[in-house]
Amino acid sequence: MIGSFIFRGIDWRAGLVIIGLLVVGIGVPLSVGSPNSPFWLSTNDTLLYGKYLCYALLALSIGLIWGYGGILSLGHGAFFAIGGYAMGMYLMRAIGTRGVYGNPILPDFMVFLNWSELPWFWHGFDQFWFAAIMIVLVPGALAFLFGWFAFRSRVTGVYLSIITQALTYALYLLFLRNATAVGGNNGFTDFKDILGVPVGAPDTRGWLFGASAIALAIGYWICRSVIFSKYGKVIVAVRDAESRTRFLGYRVDRYKTFLFTLSACMAGVAGALYVPQVGIINPGELSPLKSIEAVVWVAVGGRGTLVGPMLGGVLVNAFKTYFTGGASQPYWVVAILPALGLLLLLVLYRASLGWLKVLAGAAAGAAIAALGLLWSDGWAFPAPGVRFVGGLLSAESWGWTVAAVAIIAWLVLNKNKYVAGAIFGAFLCRLLVEPNDMIALAPNWPYFLGAVFIGVTLLLPRGIVGTIAYGWNAWRARRASIEAQEGRDADLTDPEPARIDPESAAKDTTTPETASPPPGAVAQQASS
Amino acid sequence: MFQFRKPVLGLAAAAVLATAAPVMAQEETIKVGILHSLSGTMAISETTLSDVMLMLIEQQNAAGGVLGRQLEPVVVDPASDWPLFAEKLRELVEVDGVDVIFCCWTSVSRKSILPVAEELNTVVFYPVQYEGEESSRNIFYTGAAPNQQAIPAVDYLMDQGVERWVLAGTDYVYPRTTNRILEAYLASKGVAPEDIMISYTPFGHSDWQTIVSDIVSFGSQGKFTAVVSTINGDANVPFYRELANQGVDAADIPVVAFSVGEEELAGLDTSALVGHLAAWNYFQSIEDPANEEFIAAWHAFTGDATEVTNDPMEAHYIGFHMWVAAVEKAGTTDADAVIDAMIGVAVPNLTGGYSAMMPNHHITKPVFIGEIQANGQFEVVWQTTGLVVGDEWSDYLPDSMNLIADWRAPLSCGNFNVATGVCGGAGAATP
Amino acid sequence: MTNVLHRALRPLRVVRLGRALAAALCLSLLAVVAPAFAQDEPDDAALRALVQEFVGAEGNYRDTSAIVDRIAALADPGGVSVLNTLNAGRLYFRNSDRVVFAGTDLGATLTMADPVTGEALGEVVKREATAIRVNNAVRRSIRTAMSSLTLLSPDRATRLSAAQTIFTNRDATNLPLLEEAIAEETNAGVLRVMQQARAAIIVANADIPEEERIAAVAVLSDRGDQAALNVLRQLAAGEGAVAEAAERGVSRIETAQIFWGIGQNLWFGISLGSVLLLAAVGLAITFGVMGVINMAHGEMVMIGAYTVFVVQDIIRASGNAGLIEWALPIAIPIAFLVTAGIGMGIERGVIRWLYGRPLETLLATFGISLALQQAARSIFGSSNVLVSSPSWMSGSFSVGQLNFNYSRVYILLFAIMVFMALILVLRRTALGLQMRAVTQNRRMASAMGIHTPRVDMFTFGLGSGIAGLAGVALSQIDNVSANLGQAYLVDSFMVVVLGGVGNLWGTFVGAFGLGVTNKFLEPYIGQGDAVIAKIIVLVAIIVFIQWRPRGLFALKGRAIES
Repeated sequence: MIGSFIFRGIDWRAGLVIIGLLVVGIGVPLSVGSPNSPFWLSTNDTLLYGKYLCYALLALSIGLIWGYGGILSLGHGAFFAIGGYAMGMYLMRAIGTRGVYGNPILPDFMVFLNWSELPWFWHGFDQFWFAAIMIVLVPGALAFLFGWFAFRSRVTGVYLSIITQALTYALYLLFLRNATAVGGNNGFTDFKDILGVPVGAPDTRGWLFGASAIALAIGYWICRSVIFSKYGKVIVAVRDAESRTRFLGYRVDRYKTFLFTLSACMAGVAGALYVPQVGIINPGELSPLKSIEAVVWVAVGGRGTLVGPMLGGVLVNAFKTYFTGGASQPYWVVAILPALGLLLLLVLYRASLGWLKVLAGAAAGAAIAALGLLWSDGWAFPAPGVRFVGGLLSAESWGWTVAAVAIIAWLVLNKNKYVAGAIFGAFLCRLLVEPNDMIALAPNWPYFLGAVFIGVTLLLPRGIVGTIAYGWNAWRARRASIEAQEGRDADLTDPEPARIDPESAAKDTTTPETASPPPGAVAQQASS
Repeated sequence: MFQFRKPVLGLAAAAVLATAAPVMAQEETIKVGILHSLSGTMAISETTLSDVMLMLIEQQNAAGGVLGRQLEPVVVDPASDWPLFAEKLRELVEVDGVDVIFCCWTSVSRKSILPVAEELNTVVFYPVQYEGEESSRNIFYTGAAPNQQAIPAVDYLMDQGVERWVLAGTDYVYPRTTNRILEAYLASKGVAPEDIMISYTPFGHSDWQTIVSDIVSFGSQGKFTAVVSTINGDANVPFYRELANQGVDAADIPVVAFSVGEEELAGLDTSALVGHLAAWNYFQSIEDPANEEFIAAWHAFTGDATEVTNDPMEAHYIGFHMWVAAVEKAGTTDADAVIDAMIGVAVPNLTGGYSAMMPNHHITKPVFIGEIQANGQFEVVWQTTGLVVGDEWSDYLPDSMNLIADWRAPLSCGNFNVATGVCGGAGAATP
Repeated sequence: MTNVLHRALRPLRVVRLGRALAAALCLSLLAVVAPAFAQDEPDDAALRALVQEFVGAEGNYRDTSAIVDRIAALADPGGVSVLNTLNAGRLYFRNSDRVVFAGTDLGATLTMADPVTGEALGEVVKREATAIRVNNAVRRSIRTAMSSLTLLSPDRATRLSAAQTIFTNRDATNLPLLEEAIAEETNAGVLRVMQQARAAIIVANADIPEEERIAAVAVLSDRGDQAALNVLRQLAAGEGAVAEAAERGVSRIETAQIFWGIGQNLWFGISLGSVLLLAAVGLAITFGVMGVINMAHGEMVMIGAYTVFVVQDIIRASGNAGLIEWALPIAIPIAFLVTAGIGMGIERGVIRWLYGRPLETLLATFGISLALQQAARSIFGSSNVLVSSPSWMSGSFSVGQLNFNYSRVYILLFAIMVFMALILVLRRTALGLQMRAVTQNRRMASAMGIHTPRVDMFTFGLGSGIAGLAGVALSQIDNVSANLGQAYLVDSFMVVVLGGVGNLWGTFVGAFGLGVTNKFLEPYIGQGDAVIAKIIVLVAIIVFIQWRPRGLFALKGRAIES
């Protein structure tokens, strides 16, 4: 019974993910200090990838409740941070007399702020086992309490999202207070030991990385098992038709509370593994924006799948690491080229006829931008506000301005072809003025990240993994129907024909507005 | 033949030089890491520091670089995200191979990078006034310690006859510590506890109506009252606007701020705030040829004659020149050599004197008290007669009064306990 | 002594004025600097000699203050203009010949004017002149000096502030002058303050008959503010009938102040509520009516605030200094149009693809918000920009013991106006009708011939435009920087959800309810810790939503569940 619960969720793909994670999780710590090993990572990479794995676990926990339970939590950072704080409290106590004041009991910040004795909730954190229990228990208890009330009161949809946001915001303010005795804005830093070994030792780092990978594998396994159990079926039913499930006699609130609590515990573990690797925990993790960012990882990876959130957590953060780094690129590579490519796609798609109109528009756009450029060359504007308005018309931004105006016009005028062409022309003009202007990635990363978010929601509503899975299933279904038409009985060749994969079947109901599914998908539903 | 060979040789030599020079330059550059938030909430303060570093590096390169090598800035963006500071510092050192890092604004970002800087043994300069109670071998603190800002300011106000004190701050470690030090200091000067009001507000607090009206009623009890403000950046503009609107006149209740400089005032109409005070180690309005040159260079660099300069920018100016001097002195950019060479280095500051790096990795600075003028600048109304040495462990806190830091060879300790003679803080037992 | 002198000189005032004019004439004719002529002009001589002493005292504020006190003691009306000039930091001396003059800054040069008569003396290069600096202590001396010099001024406001200063200082030497002023005063308001000042002086004087002092105590009790309370408390510490009267006065004022305190808190709450209302009402349209979780709402507020900055900057650059007072009203329609335009662009470009998927609009708009914030940083720099307040919006007025800031009052009025206008648009215009129709039943509305995509675009534009209006108001009380919008986003969502999605009146009640609750909690619970009040409010919202899962004013009907 238990065995069936544990193994029901494992098919060859899930097995591959789990084995992959386990191999990495054991291979990397064993390869510390042997640079020739294929699993060897530099310190920087070990910490960086370890952090990604923790984020992946957080994303997985959100993916579980959002993708399968339909619960969008905008406050999951709270559980992540509480787990992190519990670990941080253990690490602070483990410093012992090595703090700058050498106080054997009180952490530095308490000495610093004149605390005479340890606050009650700090007791016990000198023991790792106690901290380990708290890492799971406190986020779980908070989630249970919160979920119990919220789901019983049938708080759903955006209301639930907003009050989870209120929850994390309230905790953020609470933890920010120095009077709360968790280090205020500084939080906890400068950790020395974990389980008696130095936090900064290469071996410890390797094993922390390994622990994150293994935790992710276990988390993934648990999620699969839950989803493929009978319980999981009810959860998906609740997501798709809550009232109907309730009328069928299921206690919807209990199902949701359980899922929410499980997810919070996973987030807590992620936070606990995150802290010793990045070396700091502070209320910044509780800020509502962080939680929203985590939701975005899930969306990018693909909600309604489990691999998707994990992948999203890693990808978005790797992207962020790259773009906040010190690199510089010419404008045309990072800004203009993708913009032109996107525009080309849109124009091809929308204006497949009437190339003459587009070309005329392009000529006009380029001409306006070029004339403006010549006219305004050498202007200087003193005050910043004036400089903004004037700057829109200054030599180097004419192309931008004309393009921006044209884009708005194009959108509002319902995609006039002349205007679409004008956007092109203006961009080209800008490109030709100074093609090799360098743009530093560091301060400009929000543009790219923002563009990714918008692009993914618009063009890949299922996320990366979701889109691939959808396409794969559609292709398979179409093949099956073709084969059926050819007279061969496809069902007999498939060992498990009746099983619906919740990962792929889920999306069609959650995203009714997207383009109608290809005929194959209908066929698949019909065949099953 | 002869005639023919010469130009060919010349051409060949030129070709070799042309191909070799960039290669050599690339190998020979010294990389300077700049770790300031360019996005997120702290970008408001840190972007100018990043820019001023770029300017200083450009100037140094124009003057021939350091050790005959050009400097190459590496700018990264920690995005006001504290764990990211530690991560980016590691990236700068391990991936980009920088030799020195100019970093941070907030205390938490400094706390975040500290273990990493020590682990990787790199040189870091921290340019902002801070709470003290810290000294690391790898960090050079070019901003003010509490005794270089808060205590002189309170002395000045006492001299002006202030008897009641409001200590208003944002709830984080710098105001908490500064206020604790000031409380102890005021008590030692005989101020009664009921004459001190302490108030903490969250970051970015924007509704100051209640607190300002509390201050007004606390200050109108017949005794001359002053507000000592350690309110952080963003919250200041609404705070001062509320002060102006509730008619708090600097002649009645002066506010002395430690975190309000020219940059913060840039967003304010200061005509109603004339007379409120700030204590810094530098003001843009200070008349000194070096300062005028610096301001002119800054205006030229930014292309905007309305850009202001402020104290942390001066701290970076001092820190950068100290690093250059120490590297020249050590003849290498190796961290250990530079750290050892740094102590005792003295470079001109922008206020007409010299600042020297002390063995505790803090620097000597003059302290100025300025009054806000209608044009958004400060006018110095008082200054210390000499330079003040930064005191990392406050003498007014029981746990740190016996501690000193000295990073010179025999002692080399950041928290040496003079009472017990042991390195390792107040609680460390005698061996 | 001062007052005797003053009284003695009073009848001579007209004569003296004439003489001063004559002197000025002489000066302009001869165009030679003052000191030489000061000897010929006995009345001015003392003043001019004192003014000249500022040169020696430059940089030493105690000496400067002492000279100010001596100028006050001269009781020469010419001193008023000298002191005003000094207070404004416009008193200079020329380095070459140490002549003191009143300067007006022209950039590189200063115009010179006689400090006493204000007559023009030419120009001087800035570097060749030194300003006589003042600090707060000097400013205080100047204010005290001015109070005795201007108590008999013909200008009502000047007399009032002089009387207020005398009340605060309670300097007994001012008593004869004050009594004389009271005798001549015609304005009731000024007279009351003068009598209070007189009362404050005489209550402490044991030589004055007891009945008169008790009457003075009554005058002070009627004043009823903190300053009066301070005087009475000192008095109540003593003994005798006066002390008893003072004690009654103290308890009376203290009781009254509790009620005034409640009133003041209520006003603070209402004022905070008006800010919340402004910030949230745009969101009530985009989120409440359209169901779009608009994370870029805060950035629309920010763009509105930056619009004010750009408008002010353009006015400043164009040289119409007078127009700067009206920059704010000018910015209102511009901000609305700009943000509405951007909002419509966002709706057309992004949001319309996402209808029916409210949670995904969150992600797309979050991306927009990130990009817009960084755009503001790229364009305007990352530091705060200067948005000045017009003079009609600065300062405050009192009603009883209640203090009202003009800016807060205007923001309250503006918030209510915007709200009412919005209600009117929704109730009384064709667009409003179509909006409501589309929200209630999109298909039906479409079938009735409403062009729903266009209505969506305008609705989103309206919501964004109103957020821009909020930005105009917030630019007056908060930082104008790229972070502006962020600060209000969470609060705005709380207000809308608390009030009930889809109901504008719910937003109205939610905003003011939150504001008042917050402000009442702050002083009583938070004691020096404003955060606790906010945490309690947030927890209260969470609990409240359990009780009423759809907010205060829930829309009823079957459609909501979907």
